[in-house]
Amino acid sequence: MSANQPPLDGLNYQGRFYDETTLHRIHDSMLYIRRFEEKAGQLYGLKKIGGFCHLCNGQEAVCVGTSEAAQAGDYMMTSYRDHGHALARGSDPTAIMAELLGRAGGIVKGKGGSMHMFDRSRNFVGGNGIVGEQVPIGLGFGFSSWYKDDGRVTLCFMGDGGINQGAVYESFNMAALWKLPIIFIVENNQYAMGTSLARASAETSLFKRGISFKVPGMAIDGMNVLEVEQKMREVIEHARSGEGPYIIEAITYRYRGHSMSDPATYRTRNEVEEWRKGRDPIAQLQHLMTEAGLSDEDAFKEKDRAIKKAIVAVVKEAEQQPEPDASELWTDIINDPIEDAYPYPGRVS
Amino acid sequence: MAKITYREALNQAMCEEMLRDDRVFLMGEEVAEYNGAYKVSQGMLKKFGAKRVIDTPITELGFAGLGVGAAMAGLRPIIEFMTWNFALLALDQIVNAAAKMKYMSGGQYNCPLVFRGAGGAAARVGAQHSQSLENWMANIPGLKVVMPSNAADAKGLLKASIRDNDTVIFIENEINYGDIGDVPDGEYIIPLGRAEIKRAGTDVTLIAHSRMTGYALLAAEELAKQGIDAEVVDPRTIRPLDETTILNSVAKTNRAVVVEEGWRFAGIGAEISARIMEKGFDDLDAPVIRVTGKDVPMPYAANLEKLALPSVAEVVEAARSVCYRN
Ligand SMILES: Cc1ncc(C[n+]2csc(CCOP(=O)(O)OP(=O)(O)O)c2C)c(N)n1
Ligand SMILES: [Mg+2]
Repeated sequence: MSANQPPLDGLNYQGRFYDETTLHRIHDSMLYIRRFEEKAGQLYGLKKIGGFCHLCNGQEAVCVGTSEAAQAGDYMMTSYRDHGHALARGSDPTAIMAELLGRAGGIVKGKGGSMHMFDRSRNFVGGNGIVGEQVPIGLGFGFSSWYKDDGRVTLCFMGDGGINQGAVYESFNMAALWKLPIIFIVENNQYAMGTSLARASAETSLFKRGISFKVPGMAIDGMNVLEVEQKMREVIEHARSGEGPYIIEAITYRYRGHSMSDPATYRTRNEVEEWRKGRDPIAQLQHLMTEAGLSDEDAFKEKDRAIKKAIVAVVKEAEQQPEPDASELWTDIINDPIEDAYPYPGRVS
Repeated sequence: MAKITYREALNQAMCEEMLRDDRVFLMGEEVAEYNGAYKVSQGMLKKFGAKRVIDTPITELGFAGLGVGAAMAGLRPIIEFMTWNFALLALDQIVNAAAKMKYMSGGQYNCPLVFRGAGGAAARVGAQHSQSLENWMANIPGLKVVMPSNAADAKGLLKASIRDNDTVIFIENEINYGDIGDVPDGEYIIPLGRAEIKRAGTDVTLIAHSRMTGYALLAAEELAKQGIDAEVVDPRTIRPLDETTILNSVAKTNRAVVVEEGWRFAGIGAEISARIMEKGFDDLDAPVIRVTGKDVPMPYAANLEKLALPSVAEVVEAARSVCYRN
C-alpha cells in the first residue's frame, strides 16, 4: 500500500489486521452455509433429500476459518458432515444442492448424496461415510506432498468420535515419523451421535492425543472464526515449512441432531441454547464488525435476505435438473470396460 | 404367540438369553443410553444395567477384539456393529482371530460370540452404507452365518446363535426392522443350519434369504396369477447351508432361481447354484438363474438405486424364464 492511499477499513484482531472485504467474505461464507443447511433440513423434511443428511449448523467457523487460511492447492477432506466444507472451499452450491436432490448435475453426478461431496477442481477430497476413514487417506495426500515436494498442506478433518479409531493413531505416528505436511483438525462438537465426549474418551483434551507420537497440538475456540483463521494460518505455515504435522482441536457445537432422524434426547435444550445464544460464530463476527463500524444490523439483515433468496434460486435450478440417466448406473466403476458383463438376470433361452 | 416387530423379536431374544445366562452381555456403539442406533436394544440398559449393556467408543476393531478375548475367557459376548459396513474395520479380529481360534489352539479355546447388526441396502444411503457382505463371511471356515427374514426367525435364530459354541455372524436387515410378525413367546429356538419352505409349490423353486425372501414371496403370488406355482425356500442359515432342503425342493420342481440382494460375482447365489449343479444336475429341466444386485457400488439417486437392486419383477421374469414361459 502506498503512503498516500487512505488506510483500508477493517479491524485488528489479536494483532492481525482484517480488511473489510475479507471480513465480509468470511461472514458471507458462514451465513451462506447456515442458510444452506437450514434449507437442506427443510428439503429433507419434504422427503426431497433421502438417506442420511448431517448438518453443520453451529460449526461453520471451523471449515470457513480453515478455508480462509488455506491456499487453493491445499488438500482438504472430512467426514460425512461435509456440505459446509465443500461450500467453504468454494464449490458450486447448485452442484451441491443437486447432489442432495439426486440430480444429474450433482457434484458427483447424483451418485454419492449428502455424505460424499468431492470436488477435485478445489482439491476437496470428500465426503467419507466411514468414521475415521479419511484420516489415513489424508496421511496419503500428505505423503504425496512430501514425496513430490509440492508445497501443499493437507487439512484433514475428523470428529471427536472419529478420533478414537485406531487408524488415526497409526496416522499420527507416520505423519510425525516422516514430518508430513498435514494438519489434523478435530471438530470437537461434544458428541458422537448420542455419546458425549466424556463417555467415549478417557482423555477429553483431544489435542493431547498426539503427545506419544510427538505430534504437537492445541485447542482453539472453534466458535470464533478469526481465532480459527489465525491459528490455522500458523499451523499451516508450520507444516508447509517442513516442521511436520499438527493437531488442532476446534471446540465447537452442533445445533442440530446428529442426522435428520436424531431425537437428541442425550442433551438438554438449555445446553443447546447456551451455545447458540452465547457463542454463535456468526453473531460473534457480526458483533466485531458492528463494533468496528464496518456494518450494522440493517446491512446484515439485508445480506441475510439476499443469501436466502440466492439459495431459493439454487434449489430451483437444481430441482429443474433431470435425474441421472439410467446408463450412469454402469459408469465410473473401473477404468477398463467390464468384460465379464453378464446378461441380466441371465436368460435360459 | 404375539404380534411384534422384527426389531422387538431380536430384543426379546437378547433379553431372554441375558436373563437365562449371566455370561451374556451386549456391547457396541450407542447400544445402551441411546437404546441402539436402530432401537434394537431399546430398554436393555434399564433392564440389565451398565455392566451388561455397554456403549463403546467408535472403535470397531478394538471392541471386536475385546469380544474375541472375552469369549475365549468364558463369557458370551454379543457384539453389535451399527451396520455390517463398519464391521469391515474389524475384519482382522473376525477373520484372523475369531474364526480360527479353535483351530489354531488345537481345540483348547472356543470362541462363542455373536457379531450382529444391520446388513444389506437401506434407503438412499449410498455406496458405503448399502452392502450385502454375507458372502465374505460365509467364505471363512470357522464362522457360521445367519440371516433371518422375518420376526419369528429373528428371535429363534438369535437365541440359537447366542447359545452356539462357535462364532456366529448374525446379519439383520435394516429395512425389515419394522416388519410385524407372529412370534412365539418364551423359549423358541430355531436350530442353525435348517432352511424353511416359506411357501410350498410345484413348478419352480425360488431360493432367497433375508429381505429377498419377502420379494420371492411377492413374486410367487404374481406367478400364481400367471399359472406358475412357485416354492420359496429360505436357507435362514447361510453357513452351514441346508442343501438337503434346497435339493429336495429342486427334485420336486426341477427348476430353480436364486435371489440375493448382494452382488452376483462369487455371491451366495453362485454357491447355491453350484451345489444344485453338482448334486442335483439330473433333476434340472433348465439352468439355474440368479437374480442379484447389479455389479455396481450403490448409487444415491433414487432412480439409479432402484435399478441397482433386485426387483420382484426380475424374480418373476427369471422364474418364467426357467419355466420356458418367456
Ligand atoms: C466405522 C463407522 N462406525 C460407525 C459409524 C456410524 N456413525 C456415523 S457418524 C457416527 C458418530 C461420529 O461422531 P464424530 O466423529 O464426533 O463426528 P460428528 O458426527 O460429531 O461430526 C457414528 C458412530 C460409521 N459411519 N462408521
Ligand atoms: Mg462429534
